Amino acid sequence: MTPLSITSRTLAAALGGYGLGALAAMALAVTLPVARDQAVIIGIMVAFLLCSGAAIWAFSARSAWRAWAGILAPSLLLAGLYLWGLPA
Amino acid sequence: MNKSFRQSMAWLHTWTGLLLGWLLVAIFITGTSAYFREEITLWMQPEVHDSTLQPGTVELAMAALNAKAPDAKSWDINLPGDRQTAVELRWQPAKQPENGGRRRGEQMLMDADSGEVVAPRATRGGNFFYRFHFELYGIDRLWARLLVCLATMFMLIAIISGVITHKKIFKDFFTFRPGKGQRSWLDAHNATAVLALPYHFMITYSGLLLFMTLIMPWGIDAAYENDRRAFFSEVFSRGEDAAQPGSPGQMVAVGPLIEQTETRFGKPVERIQITNPNRDNAQITLRVNRDPAVTDRQRGGDPTQVFQGNTGELIDTRIPANDPVSPGWRIYNFFTSVHMARFADPLTRWLFFLFGIAGSAMTVTGMLLWVSKRTQQLRRDQQPDRALKMVNGLNMASITGLMLAIAAYFLANRLLPATLAAREDREIQVFFIIWLVSLVHGLLRPNRHGWIEQVAAASLLWLAIPVVNIFTTASHLFTPLAWQHAAIASFDLVCLTLAALGGYTLWRLQRKPLPAKARRARAPRRANTASEQPAGESP
Repeated sequence: MTPLSITSRTLAAALGGYGLGALAAMALAVTLPVARDQAVIIGIMVAFLLCSGAAIWAFSARSAWRAWAGILAPSLLLAGLYLWGLPA
Repeated sequence: MNKSFRQSMAWLHTWTGLLLGWLLVAIFITGTSAYFREEITLWMQPEVHDSTLQPGTVELAMAALNAKAPDAKSWDINLPGDRQTAVELRWQPAKQPENGGRRRGEQMLMDADSGEVVAPRATRGGNFFYRFHFELYGIDRLWARLLVCLATMFMLIAIISGVITHKKIFKDFFTFRPGKGQRSWLDAHNATAVLALPYHFMITYSGLLLFMTLIMPWGIDAAYENDRRAFFSEVFSRGEDAAQPGSPGQMVAVGPLIEQTETRFGKPVERIQITNPNRDNAQITLRVNRDPAVTDRQRGGDPTQVFQGNTGELIDTRIPANDPVSPGWRIYNFFTSVHMARFADPLTRWLFFLFGIAGSAMTVTGMLLWVSKRTQQLRRDQQPDRALKMVNGLNMASITGLMLAIAAYFLANRLLPATLAAREDREIQVFFIIWLVSLVHGLLRPNRHGWIEQVAAASLLWLAIPVVNIFTTASHLFTPLAWQHAAIASFDLVCLTLAALGGYTLWRLQRKPLPAKARRARAPRRANTASEQPAGESP
């Protein structure tokens, strides 16, 4: 791995992974069909798993570009889910 | 699984592991001690050892509170149990001091036999390690917690990538090749990791959950429209505040109420709370310990009866464990209760302590493996470079150095005068001075000699603790008092065990002959990695 690739992947893992987790926590908190305190805690529990999963992905993807794409695509989906779930 | 995937995982595992490894070793070792933090505090206050619950203890406690704070807002009496010998008395003063003051109110300890207030030597006890475990010491609490969370996240990633790295994880688990340097460290690292893998995953993941409101509050903000208070009051409600104090009035004797509650629940009352004592609206709340259930809610889970203070009339009986808990919170409660061993009886606590040691050993062997591997890759006459020496020295400080510092902290507790000013801070200063000395020593001698010296020093200090105890307390290993409260004798026995482990390590380190003097004179000394140190060298 080149230094540039390592830097890029590290950023994808840290920033991208955290963003993915945060968006999952938000999206699940407003969309899960259970009481809102439960939706929140389930969202948080899923978020931490996604954060670490994203880090694993960032360093195993074939290229740094794919690492970013694999994290940003689900993040966008979750952002959409969150916006859709917001109370009107 | 393709090969390059595993290679990238090995890379990720090696570097995330090293980057925060030293911090993780300290977090693991202090966290392991925290399973026994109350027992450690008990040991560190020998003035309260000779205290046993008597039938009249509750009356004595009421009298003591009546003398000290007759018009307090509330009184709390915690009776002696498995983990404490003295009676803990707390009260909320009628007038809160301006700008805050202590939210938990005032506190004092009472001898359960005589009813006299005891003022044990000032010490932070086991709480020092407990706090260090998640907020370090001396740096801003918020930043320290964030740093610990970051290390925890790295740990979670290291666990997952570590599992992926070992395709043949169970075959590796049954492989042990002792006395072979790097190979042995690899095997020990694998064994301690796999042996307690569910524990490692649980302790790391739950560590993140415990700080969820600090590091992942976005779901709360989303669902509660940025009103975090609403979330907290919905989830962690502490019950309403006590009513305003009424007019002065008599209270009934507590003794018969205690009998009533103990008959109802079939267990001894452990905690007594009285709101608005000596008023006509006083309420007396009696609690027994709940049956441990790991998925219970955390706060206020104990079976409780509430009585009217002036009539002794039973107002309420609560068994919160029977309240329904939703599945999401059950999972959350499970992880966080297991992390803190909230439900544990003494035997389970020991089991967790051993798991904690396995976790400490896993991080320690991982760090040693890092150096060992790179040392063995050196050519015969090649000197280890500066970075390798530094990692070796830092390993020494973080492993043997921390063990030295902890032992010194306990010795300081026995040797510093009991009435010394700012005594609890002095104990902590001793801890950090010894740790610093070991760091300097480790960086100056990052080789086998350095390891031998530190292990020898640590073994001596741990051995010294029970010995010094004989001369400084009346509750050492040769007194019945120490065995009456198992925690006190166990502490000394753990010290002896650690000293013995250190001695064994020393023997292994010495047995491997050093390079002949002539060869050393010709070639510069090689950094050696204490490659014979056994894994269990942690509390």
